[in-house]
Amino acid sequence: MTGLIQSGFDTFAAMIPLQPPAASTTAEGIDHLYQVLSGITAFFTVLIFSIIFVFMIKYRRRSDAQKSAATHTPLIVELTWTIIPSLICAVLFVWSAALYVQNGRPPASSTEVFVIGKQWMWHLQHTEGPREINELHVPVGVPIKLTMTSQDVIHDFYIPAFRVKKDVLPGRFTSLWFQPTEVGTYHLFCAQYCGTNHSEMIGWIYVMTPTDYAAWLAGGEKTESLAQQGERLFTQFGCNSCHTGEEGAKAPALAGLYGKPQRMANGETRVVDESLIQQAIYVPSSVHLPNYQAIMPTYQGQIDSDQMTKLVAYVKSISSEERNGK
Amino acid sequence: MSTATADLHEAPAESGVNYLNASYGIRSWLLTFDHKRIGLLYLASITVMFLVGGVAAVLMRIHLIEPQGALFEPETYNKLFSTHGIIMVFFFLVPSIPATLGNFLIPLMIGARDVAFPKLNLMSWYIFITGAALALYATISGGVDTGWTFYPPYSSHYSATNVTIVALGVFVAGFSSILTGLNFIVTIHKMRAPGMTWFRLPLFIWAMYATSLIFVLGTPVIAITLFLLGLERILHVGIFDPAVGGDPLLFQHLFWFYSHPAVYIMILPGMGVVSELVTAFSRKKIFGYSFVAFSSLSIAVISFIVWGHHMFVTGQSIYAGLVFSVLSFLVAIPSAVKVFNWTATLYRGSISYEAPMLYALGFIGLFTIGGLTGLFLASLATDVHLNGTYFIVAHFHYVMVGGAVMAYLGGIHFWWPKISGRMYPDLWARIAAAIIFLGFNLTFFPQFMLGYLGMPRRYAVYPAEFQVLNVLSSAGASILGIGYVIPLVYLIWSMRYGPVAGPNPWKAKGLEWTIPSPPPTENFEEIPIVTEDAYNYPVADAHSYPDAPEVARV
Amino acid sequence: MAAHGAHPPGFAHQFETVEQQREAGTLGMWTFLVTEILFFGGMFTSYIIYRSLHLHSFIQGSHELIVRYGATNTAVLIFSSLTMALAIRTAQTGKSKGQIIFWLLLTMILGATFIAIKLRFEWYRDYVEGLIPGVSWLDGGTHTPGVKMFMCFYFFMTGLHALHMVVGLGILTVLVIMTARNRFSAEYYAPLEISGLYWHFVDIVWIFLFPLLYLIGGRYPGS
Repeated sequence: MTGLIQSGFDTFAAMIPLQPPAASTTAEGIDHLYQVLSGITAFFTVLIFSIIFVFMIKYRRRSDAQKSAATHTPLIVELTWTIIPSLICAVLFVWSAALYVQNGRPPASSTEVFVIGKQWMWHLQHTEGPREINELHVPVGVPIKLTMTSQDVIHDFYIPAFRVKKDVLPGRFTSLWFQPTEVGTYHLFCAQYCGTNHSEMIGWIYVMTPTDYAAWLAGGEKTESLAQQGERLFTQFGCNSCHTGEEGAKAPALAGLYGKPQRMANGETRVVDESLIQQAIYVPSSVHLPNYQAIMPTYQGQIDSDQMTKLVAYVKSISSEERNGK
Repeated sequence: MSTATADLHEAPAESGVNYLNASYGIRSWLLTFDHKRIGLLYLASITVMFLVGGVAAVLMRIHLIEPQGALFEPETYNKLFSTHGIIMVFFFLVPSIPATLGNFLIPLMIGARDVAFPKLNLMSWYIFITGAALALYATISGGVDTGWTFYPPYSSHYSATNVTIVALGVFVAGFSSILTGLNFIVTIHKMRAPGMTWFRLPLFIWAMYATSLIFVLGTPVIAITLFLLGLERILHVGIFDPAVGGDPLLFQHLFWFYSHPAVYIMILPGMGVVSELVTAFSRKKIFGYSFVAFSSLSIAVISFIVWGHHMFVTGQSIYAGLVFSVLSFLVAIPSAVKVFNWTATLYRGSISYEAPMLYALGFIGLFTIGGLTGLFLASLATDVHLNGTYFIVAHFHYVMVGGAVMAYLGGIHFWWPKISGRMYPDLWARIAAAIIFLGFNLTFFPQFMLGYLGMPRRYAVYPAEFQVLNVLSSAGASILGIGYVIPLVYLIWSMRYGPVAGPNPWKAKGLEWTIPSPPPTENFEEIPIVTEDAYNYPVADAHSYPDAPEVARV
Repeated sequence: MAAHGAHPPGFAHQFETVEQQREAGTLGMWTFLVTEILFFGGMFTSYIIYRSLHLHSFIQGSHELIVRYGATNTAVLIFSSLTMALAIRTAQTGKSKGQIIFWLLLTMILGATFIAIKLRFEWYRDYVEGLIPGVSWLDGGTHTPGVKMFMCFYFFMTGLHALHMVVGLGILTVLVIMTARNRFSAEYYAPLEISGLYWHFVDIVWIFLFPLLYLIGGRYPGS
């Protein structure tokens, strides 16, 4: 049955585009849900319009003296058309929520790309080093996780073909992931109004075969990885003078900290993620660990988003190294 | 002179003096305490605001014919869509039915001489005018480019436009809403005529009561939110600024805590009007009176706990998303119940098709589409793809314009003879209704398609592949615009040249139809005593119900 | 319908009976107070969120405030609610207008005292010490960004409250004039009662503000 509906949609879509290309692993699932929602909408619209149309003709007033029939409101009727829509809504909610939760979990093997949105362009940085502006080259079939922040106002990273979207906020990191399924070129849009050139904050996602991608990687300028650049900044800003990693140091050791829950001085426990690291650097008084004095100065205004991304990448790298026993 | 039971079918004799001609001169209008005159003051003001917002819309749609923009630089386009949204939401839709038809009709429908606080009512209008003047001033003197949603940090630290003045205008107009809602709540609780129990009230009153609850509970929150935004802009302090520990998402939560219930402020009165129109033009008691009444209340209550569905892609927790999604599905159910009840009311009715009924039927159809497309957005997985695109724009225009504005026009036409004492030309009215219906669908249906294809909203320029659908939409907008101008012309014409309407040209039930058209200033010579339910139309007896068309017993 | 002479001064003719008018007035004021709860509520909600995110800064900021002034003001306001209630009681029991005016004036004096203490001893001092964000803020030392956030909330919330106090003083002035013109009696004193509701509400808001702003983190050694 769904196959029939599917091929019906495909034929129609060939004539008038109804949806963007479905180029990620999650796109088809969302399209199916969308098609069912459209079907339900069409069904009830046609139902109501038809009933009204029939009643309009059958019960039209033929003379001014014509009276209507008495109105009886059987409870069963009211209950029926309350319960049936409720059941439909319940099914839709569960289906959609399941998709949403599932689609929200990036695979552990995802390759990470850092994204910085700023008025009015996208900076993208591969962990291996290459930097792109308004473009993202990725290999097909590989899950990619984007970790994103904004340098100024709220933006939104939207790739219609992958059916993924997430707001990009200043002062914190958000993330989305996708796994492209088809080689091709796809739109990238900013989807949260951000000022004058919001509609020009657009770009392209290039999904390439693995060989083409490797060639692209190799062909670019040789740069250090993000983590290596972060390590240099760690020294440059003097972080290592307090975060020495030794016993009795003024500041906590950072190796192995990322990704683990950490108890704060005020008693609450938070997981050390990108946002917490950024918060610790910009508003250190709000990230106060027990057994340490709250003496860390703020680096707000001294470290920009670009440098923050690298520092965060560095802190993450010294945790995975520790765990991998390197 | 007193009557124990007022005969609700008999209207007092015409004396020629009514609320329109009881006193003359601009002062008698600007200093009036009469709820009917105040309703007309609002009618004039919001018509002006509608025209301003409408001009902005026309300019936008012409600009969007070309992918690179036909008319404006992006700065100007951004100011246009912001102005369109701010004016239409805060200065047209929110006050529209409540301040015009609500003010005019509530005392009439419940059998009272005026609202509870007439002076407060006039003050509400002046407050509204002040807010509107501030907003118009901000528009003329440079405009605002933040969108009607005013999200920081853009609105607090980056936009160089008149944000503070507009925010002040909206803040001020908010108090107009609050006081109107307060007035209506007290009026409906305390000033119903003897015998007018809650369950004998017209459903328009139930709808206005539910709306007033939202006015009173929700509007103060947007007021304080805009106040905080203004302070941040002026004093450069950091409530919403992450650089100093603030949170821009806090603004969004506070903003949508009001603005979601606000959309129900815009639709509930329309639903109330539709209940009145469907019963009057099928001359039949509403199907499921108590269900319709309670669904108005439940919509008002549930509307306060769904605001997070505007923030599904902001990075909020999955659990928050789940909760807001299920509640957003829940709020759809009472609306569906209403649609079914209205449709069922038509069954075995005695239906006629004057313009108000056409608007009501148009509402039912378009609101069904608009409401069901809301489910796409309540649904988490699809909202990820659709948020921030033209799908959202299409959804809310279907419910706000295809719904609320059509209901507003239907109500204006239905009660026009009562308000003005004249009939408008119904042929022209039906033509205009048809033009509006067709123009509306051509404008906004292509936008659903644009949204799923991925075209984001608030774009001054767009990729060329979206042009065909944009051109269709703009063509529809020009037709819609013509459709809106026609009633303006003939309604004004009818005030002077329309045939005189008697007390009840529609032969409708309701206390407002038992008094002269236009009503005298004090509404009722004697406060009526109510003995029957709402919509107590005479019924054909069971055997003679005209399934066979020739049978019609009087 | 009763003859007009039977209606006391102040009867409004959209109503049918005096009782109806009184009930409408009272319901109207309670409804208005609900809107005020939501109005302040938006600010209180923001406060709660930021306090939980930045407790340390809020404690620091709270310690910049002087508890004895806040406590004195709390006592002043509570006492003013008493005098307001006594003004209403005096009218209710049909006492002379002089007595009503006495209690109303005393309430006004207390309200003015509240504002004077705030202005002279608290806000002026904050101004001099560079603690008013956006107006006279001095960075450095204990004046961290987090403390600045706290002071924002302090001034917004107490400022909004003080504005309501000033409006309350205006209402009391009008009531004094109305009393002097013999508008009230044991049968009709609704405006006094309704204004009393407003005054008590403003007092209650302060009773929440005082501990939330002045007493964060305690004042005992070691806290």
